[in-house]
Amino acid sequence: MSVAVAKHGEVKHNYLNAGDTVLSWLLTTDHKRIAVLYLVSVTLFFAVGGLLALLIRLELLTPQGDLMTSENYNRVFTMHGVVMIFLFLIPAIPAVLGNFLVPLMVGARDLAFPRLNLASWYVYMAGGLIATWAMVNGGVDTGWTFYPPYSSSYSTSQVTLTIIGAFLIGFSSIFTGINFIVTIHKMRAPGLTWFRLPLFIWAHYATSVIIVLGTPVVAITLLLVAVERVFRLGIFDPALGGDPILFQHLFWFYSHPAVYIMILPAMGVISEVVACFSRKRVFGYHFVAFSSVAIAVIGFLVWGHHMFTTGQSVYAGMVFSLLSFLVAVPSAVKVFNWTATMYKGHIEFRAPMLYVMGFLGLFVIGGLTGLFLASLATDIHLQDTYFVVAHFHYIMVGGTIFGYLAGLHFWWPKMTGRMYPEGIAKLAALIIFAGFNLTFLPQFVLGYLGMPRRYHWYPEEWQMLHVMSSAGAALLGIGYILPVFYLLWSLRNGALAGPNPWGATGLEWKTDSPPITHNFEETPIVTEEPYAYENHHQQEEVASGTGASTAEA
Amino acid sequence: MKGVALLPDTASTFAQQVDLLFWFLTAVTVFFTLLIAGLVLYFAVRYRRGSTASRAGAKETDLRLEIGWSMIPLTVGLIVFVWAAKLYADAYGPPPDNALEIFVIGKQWMWHLQHPNGIRENNELHIPAGRPVKLTMISQDVIHSFFVPAFRIKRDVLPGRYNTVWFTPTKPGKYHLFCAEYCGTQHSRMIGWVYVMEPAEYEKWLASGGEARPGAVASGSGTMAGISTASLVQAGEQLYKQLRCNACHGATDGQRGPSHYGLFGKKVKLRDGTVVVADEAYLRESILRPLAKVVDGYEPIMPSYEGLLNEERTLQLIAYIKSLKKPVQTAEVKP
Repeated sequence: MSVAVAKHGEVKHNYLNAGDTVLSWLLTTDHKRIAVLYLVSVTLFFAVGGLLALLIRLELLTPQGDLMTSENYNRVFTMHGVVMIFLFLIPAIPAVLGNFLVPLMVGARDLAFPRLNLASWYVYMAGGLIATWAMVNGGVDTGWTFYPPYSSSYSTSQVTLTIIGAFLIGFSSIFTGINFIVTIHKMRAPGLTWFRLPLFIWAHYATSVIIVLGTPVVAITLLLVAVERVFRLGIFDPALGGDPILFQHLFWFYSHPAVYIMILPAMGVISEVVACFSRKRVFGYHFVAFSSVAIAVIGFLVWGHHMFTTGQSVYAGMVFSLLSFLVAVPSAVKVFNWTATMYKGHIEFRAPMLYVMGFLGLFVIGGLTGLFLASLATDIHLQDTYFVVAHFHYIMVGGTIFGYLAGLHFWWPKMTGRMYPEGIAKLAALIIFAGFNLTFLPQFVLGYLGMPRRYHWYPEEWQMLHVMSSAGAALLGIGYILPVFYLLWSLRNGALAGPNPWGATGLEWKTDSPPITHNFEETPIVTEEPYAYENHHQQEEVASGTGASTAEA
Repeated sequence: MKGVALLPDTASTFAQQVDLLFWFLTAVTVFFTLLIAGLVLYFAVRYRRGSTASRAGAKETDLRLEIGWSMIPLTVGLIVFVWAAKLYADAYGPPPDNALEIFVIGKQWMWHLQHPNGIRENNELHIPAGRPVKLTMISQDVIHSFFVPAFRIKRDVLPGRYNTVWFTPTKPGKYHLFCAEYCGTQHSRMIGWVYVMEPAEYEKWLASGGEARPGAVASGSGTMAGISTASLVQAGEQLYKQLRCNACHGATDGQRGPSHYGLFGKKVKLRDGTVVVADEAYLRESILRPLAKVVDGYEPIMPSYEGLLNEERTLQLIAYIKSLKKPVQTAEVKP
């Protein structure tokens, strides 16, 4: 790891050089070091999930299932989903960026429960390793949704082991969620009122509430599948007297809000980055803040829109449909406010800002195609087709991963003390944007044509669209690999960042990069509104030189 | 690569209605995507750092704007909601009386379809154009989903309970039938074809017992003509007698069991006072788990037939019970 060197050559103390033994990392309770542990872990799991995705796209180059057997194909797409959702998308922003930034942004020395925070990483790793072990020992073929009675009575794959893994990972999210809620409530710096909080904090607060309320439900539900599978106790399988639709209600009661667990933190990142590189306060701060809360609340009441074709009553369908249209409104409000933030700003085209602009375009497409699925009549046709696959990848990749990459680049100088190389970072952002659209735009057309998801074989007339999609996936893969190289390169060779290379507001920028172990020399006192960019013209001047090696006190 | 498809076939009345809504939503999506992308790019260029464009009058918030851009998505959403809900209520609501009734059994990994006259097909369904078709569906194992993209119709096929759906095919042709709910190893091979035929051609097909098939047949699928020539009702009647259902269920309500004559579609009062409609799901449950809903005035004495009847034979029994009309004279006996 790199070490920030002050002008006169003296090595400054920071959280990275506070200890260099393996144990000093494995037993750390420093939220920043735990964030780094999480960063390494989620990156590894993302690589696994990404390779599985490439296998899927390779297989779908031809209509026949010729690269692998159907049995293996089913395992590959299931594990792609399980790894990406439980091991990457849910923890990525909260456990890496949130862990690092929540205490810094509220002016605290650490999270409220540092040991619980470390426990969360161990529980996550235990769950991740069990899931990985299940993967190498035969894998699991139920789809990440684990629908019974297939999962409980028919599948011969490693369902129980995978469920135990997912169950454990759920606890790691709960630990993180509890930590954020308590920290945000109790550990804000003097003067940091609720409406002076960065929107990143509001987003993580809303996310944590969903995590704490929702995760236990899915944990219990998955455990019930395992119980039915192992002890043949009838819960979901009608042959044993159970009800398979009950599972779907319980599963989606968590798993729809889980979508917001994955997207809300990204929205928090967008607010920070768009304000910084527009040099303006986020437009409609209160509306953006409360829209996160609105999404968290209404998001719990829309789960039935995953079940319009199951035979649930027409009236239940109408209620869930109506609520699904309502939950779209706060998301739209956010998009309009971010766009308005750019109006009359001073916009700087840094890599994080490119990701934000990409996010705005892709999230709008992802959100609006969600209306097709909230709408009852069109959902009948599109449910369980590639239209749904394309829709949620626009949200999960175009939204969450773009937000994650924006945040990772934006706070990379803070985390490492070094600047990433700007030119190649911008190139990677453009490649990812192009590759992503080429991969998933054709899938909307495939879905409208009727291509069901989770299909190993498909009719020949759809091959051209699949070839386009696979070509896009290859491009996307290249785009993802680039940051791994240049970010690692920057650890040694990047320009020194200094405390505030972007001239950004926010407490995290008022301390060293990388920060000292206890974050601040003395507890900061907050006297101004968030995003007070108008008051910071001088800092702006300092920041205009790219990665100037300013190491001010 | 064999040809390129960009638009699906449109072969049912519902498909035409859904497409109108689909294209409306597509227009909304394209409009707002271009609007936001256009604004983002315009602002990014015009207000790039160092540009001379005036920044005077920049605001931090504006209540009118906030209300405006909350109401726009809300209004569009409500319009689409009402529009879509109406279509949904029609599609998943009760079918017209003249609907052709087909029974569908899904199992890993094939579709089994039964026509009322006894013709049975695997992975193929022949139906006439212009007449509503009602499907009553059940799975023998895991959850499947009956999906015909050209009709824009999809309905999950569940184990343990009937799901129904109906549609009116409009255009003769050969259309994909897919299983849309992941059901295990051969999920993507649980596919077939729906043949929509001109009514006259369909009559010929019926008369030939399902032999006169226009399309090519893949191995392992097709009509099992000759295996069962008896109609569903006839097969059900035979089974009804064989199981001696009539020992307790007579032409009129008896001491041991209620009569099945004229039962289907009627409201039935249960011992606990609730009232249920005697539909297919009720009949199935009462055959397999008789004690779940006991009719008011009767003792819970009927034995369960769970495990003794497969889904196909249960369907035959139900078809026969549905065919039992109330004898004419009982109507005259009423005061």
